[in-house]
Amino acid sequence: MAKTMFEKIWDNHVIHQEEGKPSILYIDLHLVHEVTSPQAFEGLRLAGRKVRRPDLTFATMDHNVPTKDRFNIKDPISKQQVDTLTRNCQEFGIKLYDLNSIDQGVVHVMGPELGLTQPGKTIVCGDSHTSTHGAFGALAFGIGTSEVEHVLATQCLQQAKPKTMEVHIKGKRKPGISAKDIILGLIKKFGTAFATGYVIEYTGEAIRELSMEERMTVCNMSIEAGARAGMIAPDEKTFEYLRGREYAPKGEAFDRAVEEWKKLRTDEGAKFDARVEFDVSDLVPQVTWGTSPGMGCDITGVVPHPDDFPTETERKAAQKALEYMGLTPGTKMTDITINRVFIGSCTNGRIEDLRRAAAVAKGYKVHPNVEAIVVPGSGRVKLQAEKEGLDKIFIEAGFEWRDAGCSMCLAMNPDVLNPGDRCASTSNRNFEGRQGRGGRTHLVSPEMAAAAAIKGHFVDVRFWEFKDEAVTV
Amino acid sequence: MEKFIRHSGIVAPVDRVNVDTDAIIPKQFLKRIERTGFGQFLFFEWRFLEDGVTPNPEFEMNKPRYKGSSILLARANFGCGSSREHAPWAIMDYGFKVIIAPSFADIFYNNCFKNGILPITLPEEQVDELFQRTAKHDGYQLHVDLENKVLRDDYGLEIRFDLDEHRRQFLLLGLDDIGLTLQHEDKIRAYEEAHKERLAYY
Repeated sequence: MAKTMFEKIWDNHVIHQEEGKPSILYIDLHLVHEVTSPQAFEGLRLAGRKVRRPDLTFATMDHNVPTKDRFNIKDPISKQQVDTLTRNCQEFGIKLYDLNSIDQGVVHVMGPELGLTQPGKTIVCGDSHTSTHGAFGALAFGIGTSEVEHVLATQCLQQAKPKTMEVHIKGKRKPGISAKDIILGLIKKFGTAFATGYVIEYTGEAIRELSMEERMTVCNMSIEAGARAGMIAPDEKTFEYLRGREYAPKGEAFDRAVEEWKKLRTDEGAKFDARVEFDVSDLVPQVTWGTSPGMGCDITGVVPHPDDFPTETERKAAQKALEYMGLTPGTKMTDITINRVFIGSCTNGRIEDLRRAAAVAKGYKVHPNVEAIVVPGSGRVKLQAEKEGLDKIFIEAGFEWRDAGCSMCLAMNPDVLNPGDRCASTSNRNFEGRQGRGGRTHLVSPEMAAAAAIKGHFVDVRFWEFKDEAVTV
Repeated sequence: MEKFIRHSGIVAPVDRVNVDTDAIIPKQFLKRIERTGFGQFLFFEWRFLEDGVTPNPEFEMNKPRYKGSSILLARANFGCGSSREHAPWAIMDYGFKVIIAPSFADIFYNNCFKNGILPITLPEEQVDELFQRTAKHDGYQLHVDLENKVLRDDYGLEIRFDLDEHRRQFLLLGLDDIGLTLQHEDKIRAYEEAHKERLAYY
């Protein structure tokens, strides 16, 4: 029988199923961070339970950690959460990549780097952007703290089987168009709830053509489309990415694993419950204007008017968003000035993202009105970037070069927007107050963020004058 | 967990679409290590003025008529955004036992059941009707009967609702998830044995 990749992985992990009840799935990898785990460990303690598979559980600290002077956590509650994770990992025997480790970082950046994320695995974490790992052909999704406790105690999860949706991305993207533009464009077109109840599989030449890091960017924001998870079938790029990584199989075991991984692809003729198509041939760089990831605009376009929207609900939402964002309908996107820039996050904090941003920044200076920070997604990304001299490029241009953490994505640490600040951000959410109370977030790609940092307003990065001939984006 | 069989309470409206988890509980409050005490931060940015202390008189839910409310009436895609369970914890700690909306975000919907909150999905027109009745009648109450899957008000309205049977039983019986899973201990062990090589990290 022809099966989709999702079905193959699902079927390979069901421990128990009963009519009318959620299935019980085995969880191959449990990633843990400091925000959603304290109450879970407390629950285990109170019930006298142990972690069933500490060998399949890996932790790091990312949301609360400062990105400068990082060993000095000033917020006592942040410090408490971080210290609590350290204590819990020690007590329950879990490997923790803490601030002393080069492998510490944003959980969805360091997990794949370590080779923990592999095709065919079920992966969970108490964080909605766990969908990132789906880029490897894994079934990866976010869970709440009660479920974190459940997985710690049983290494299983109760899950109602979601439906499947094929998102076919066709066409060939033009130069200067990034994976971030693809996912922003997709959500703009279909909305922030079009995939609710579904696991998405991204297919099409435009997906095959993406690098592993670009695939992670796309899968990362699947949750913003309402999807349970987002997956991309593994291929040679996936296998090469994993070869030699710390926790990946080695030698003959690796070759055996690759043979198994190849079988994961969706069979010819397998049926999805739904299908949408998105053509990227004419896609231009995207910038969000509003307070939801779906409220996006072409860089060549203008801020919309509430009347542009078909329903009363959408018109009201647009009106509210325009007020919060302090934008006037009809304003050219390229006329919107910014004063903060954040390059980083689990969406765009990897080495390729930093290379693209550095290529734009090289030879230029950050606009006098702008404060810009670059936050590598992990200690390893930072190290690699420094080896390549990217840090020098950023610092020379006037960007601040930071240590790894979630940083300004969600302002649970010192990197926060002030009320009224307008930020070009490579993160994944632009909700009201996301980056700080009264802060205005515009989601963009790394190269678009770097360009905005330099010009002081949004620009179409396709026409950027790179100052180094050897550099390509 | 406590059993949820039926509940009567005052209805409080939040008349916005796409209420996200950041609005329900802003991230600066996710720093607690306990499960309790999040109610004071519910809808923080909307409930309070700039100073974070003075109640915002413009925010509907702050009006005296909604004091003691335990049924939240909302719009489409309620709870979108993050997987943080702190969102239902805040809602529960504040005093809400039921949320009624035309649609909920997946993860949030899931998290509600684990915390004894009943999320009820109703068609837009019925939700509209409830918003109107809530506005019209001071102290508007609903009587929710999970056993019979029906809700009623004091003005003759009767609405049947539906939800996944397993979830309904879960609330009715006040079940514990972990206990339920561990009933299958031998199946779990058998799986681990059969998948030993695939599971192992080198």
